[in-house]
Formats: sequence, structure tokens, C-alpha cells
Amino acid sequence: MHEMAICEGIIEIVADEARRRSFSRIRTVCLEIGALSHAAPEAMRFCFEAVAARTIADGAVLEIKELPGIAWCMACSRSVEIAQRGEPCPCCGSYQLHVTAGEEMRVKELEVD
Amino acid sequence: MCTVCGCSEGRPSAEGAGAQDGQAQGHHRDHAHDRHGHHHDHEHGGHGAHYHQGHHHHHARSYDHVHDGDGLTNSGLDPAGLKITGMSSDRIIRIERDILGKNDAIAADNRARFLVDDLLVFNLVSSPGAGKTSLLVRAVSELKESCPVGVIEGDQQTSNDADRIRATGVPAIQINTGKGCHLDAAMVGEAYRRLPPIKGGILFIENVGNLVCPAAFDLGEACKIVVFSTTEGEDKPLKYPDMFAASALMLINKIDLAPVLDFDLAQTIEYARRVNPKIEVLTVSARTGEGFAAFYALIRKQAAHQRRPAVEAATR
Repeated sequence: MHEMAICEGIIEIVADEARRRSFSRIRTVCLEIGALSHAAPEAMRFCFEAVAARTIADGAVLEIKELPGIAWCMACSRSVEIAQRGEPCPCCGSYQLHVTAGEEMRVKELEVD
Repeated sequence: MCTVCGCSEGRPSAEGAGAQDGQAQGHHRDHAHDRHGHHHDHEHGGHGAHYHQGHHHHHARSYDHVHDGDGLTNSGLDPAGLKITGMSSDRIIRIERDILGKNDAIAADNRARFLVDDLLVFNLVSSPGAGKTSLLVRAVSELKESCPVGVIEGDQQTSNDADRIRATGVPAIQINTGKGCHLDAAMVGEAYRRLPPIKGGILFIENVGNLVCPAAFDLGEACKIVVFSTTEGEDKPLKYPDMFAASALMLINKIDLAPVLDFDLAQTIEYARRVNPKIEVLTVSARTGEGFAAFYALIRKQAAHQRRPAVEAATR
């Protein structure tokens, strides 16, 4: 369950930002999670609530923007969207794909007061 | 809850570290949950539009700014550290930070240290029982004749694997992750400090047996090597694609059992290359030694590749 460790990473980032920017309360934590990243959004939501309890992010809403998986198809010579690894190119059926986006796991912004 | 490993009870520990010494402290060094935001100097009254030096505020969204009687108020410190009594508002802060940024930074430090020590580092990953330790026992026994070799072992519990490596005469440090499901860069950095010097040699990191979580964590290695065994089923690369996508080499172990298992080698390789078209593949048997010469040739190739920039710089 590495989502637990990933959520701990989010709390660390948030606490660090709170120290640097002097805010005391977080209403929303906005993430960008790629479809081909190592984190499952449902598992993240489950873990975040548990990990945030009794931290500065206690009670904060987790907003997750899911980013599409993009790969360069070497057969078609163009970018295509894939939902997960191991899928063929939706245009030509080739598996000669090089992932170019969709591996992101970022804290994008915080809504604080 | 442990920041390092996500464990709730068990605490990761590296051998050579007493329960009360720096390792135990190091484990919790970074996750004293910050509560300083709950100390406040004053109540704040209004929260209208305001401007802090050099800081842009968005007020696209507005909320009823009520503090639920929990006593939380805003200290009114602006980014420059100036206190502005009574000034506070909801605000949106764009930070754009990688969630695993801290692990990646420590991994980069590890990688830099490995380069300085002229060390070739491999991170071995697999499901439990694929034969990582048996494979390493054979490999380190043979490689130690030509260069210094060391091993960092990761398991939830026991030092059984490190004991097996040490029986070959090669130094090994066992990391016990407790409830943790993977090694991270900080654990490996700490274990490497405890390992006797193996400059100019090879370091193998045997990760926790788990085909999911270790894929996400860079340890500072030259590359990940996924060990797959013929007893596991050809479609494992499709079931656990992240690990096969993260690895540069797939070692197909227990190849000596293939005839009795009706194992389909071509199908396995085809599935692995669906998720990672560039993955290299070797078949080996830790029991018989089949395929190990090719594995060592690949290690030498990787070493030459890694050392080339240093050699070029030295001969320029």
C-alpha cells in the first residue's frame, strides 16, 4: 500500500509550505495524478483522510485531477492516448509505444486561509 | 505513521543500528507532524481583498470564512514575514511540487555518492519467491573473484537473506522495513553508510518482494532488474505493468524448470515488451548456473557505459 507513503509525502509538502508561507489552515489540496503513475486515485483518497488526521491538513478536501496517459507510437509516428500500460496504439494496434506523459504525481495547488 | 515507509507500527531498521541510536531517530527525524500552524498571536477580524508584497492572490473562489469555534485564526504573517494584524483571506497557492520529490532528491544524492565511489548499483525487484536471493548468492560468489561486491537486503522481517549472502564471504546489510512494503532512498543511503567500502565494485540492492510498490521509488540505482520466474505465469508483466516498465532488464529465473511447466518463453517476452519495448531479457537458473555468463557480460557492458564519461573526462 505505497499510497500511504505517497500521502505522507503530500502532508510533508503541505507542512513545509505552511512553514514557509505562514498559513494555518488548508481547505483543499489539489493534486495532478497521471493515468500511468504509481498511484491509484481511489486509494489516495482513502489514505489521505487517515494520514491527514491531526496534521495541518486535517479535514482538507483532496481534489484529484487525473491526467491522461500519452505515448509516442513508433509505428504511426504520432502521439496517442492510452488508459494503461500494455495497451496497444488505438490507431494501428502496435505495442511499440514510448510513454511521454501521464506519470505525474504532483501537488499542484493549495487553497488555504 | 511513518513518513519513510508508510508503516503504522513497525519501524524500519538497518543492521548495525541500535534501537536507541541514530537510525531509530533518523527514522522519525522527518515526520514530527508540524502543528505550529495552531499557534496564533491574535484574532483576525476582516478578510477582504488585500495585497502582500510581491505575492499575487487569487480570489476566484470564496468561502464563508468561519472558524467553527475551534480557535483557529490566521497569524496574518505575509510571505516577507511582516505581521499584518487583522489581514487574512482564503488564497490559492500554486506550488507544483512532485509528491515523491523528497525521495527523488535523496536518490540523486545516493547516485552521486555511488558515482564518486565508482560503484555500479542494481536494484533487484520481484514478487516474493522468484529467486532473487538464490540468484544473488550465486552471482556474488562468482563476481567477488573479479571485483568488490556488496549487498543491501530489504525484507519486512528477519536477517535470513543477509545471512545467506554473508555465508559467501560478501558483506551484506539487512534492512527490515517493519510494516513497510518497499525500500526508499533514505533507507538505502543509511544502509550504504554501514556497508564496508566496496569502491570500484558492484552493489546489489535486493528490494522487498513485491511487484507493485518498489516500482515507484528511485533508490539511486543504475537500473532496476526485475526477476521473473517460470513458475509465475506468462501474463505477469501485463498484470503488474509498472514494475516491468520501470526495469531495464528482466531475468527469467528457474529456466531449468521450464520443460516440466509447459512454460511459454516467447509469450512471456512478448507480454513484457508490450509494457516496455526496450526491456532486455535473459534466461537464467540460479540452481544450475545456466545463463549467468550472459548476465555478467551485461553487467560489464553497463559498467563500461557508466564509466565511459569518467574515462573520457580523464583522457580529454
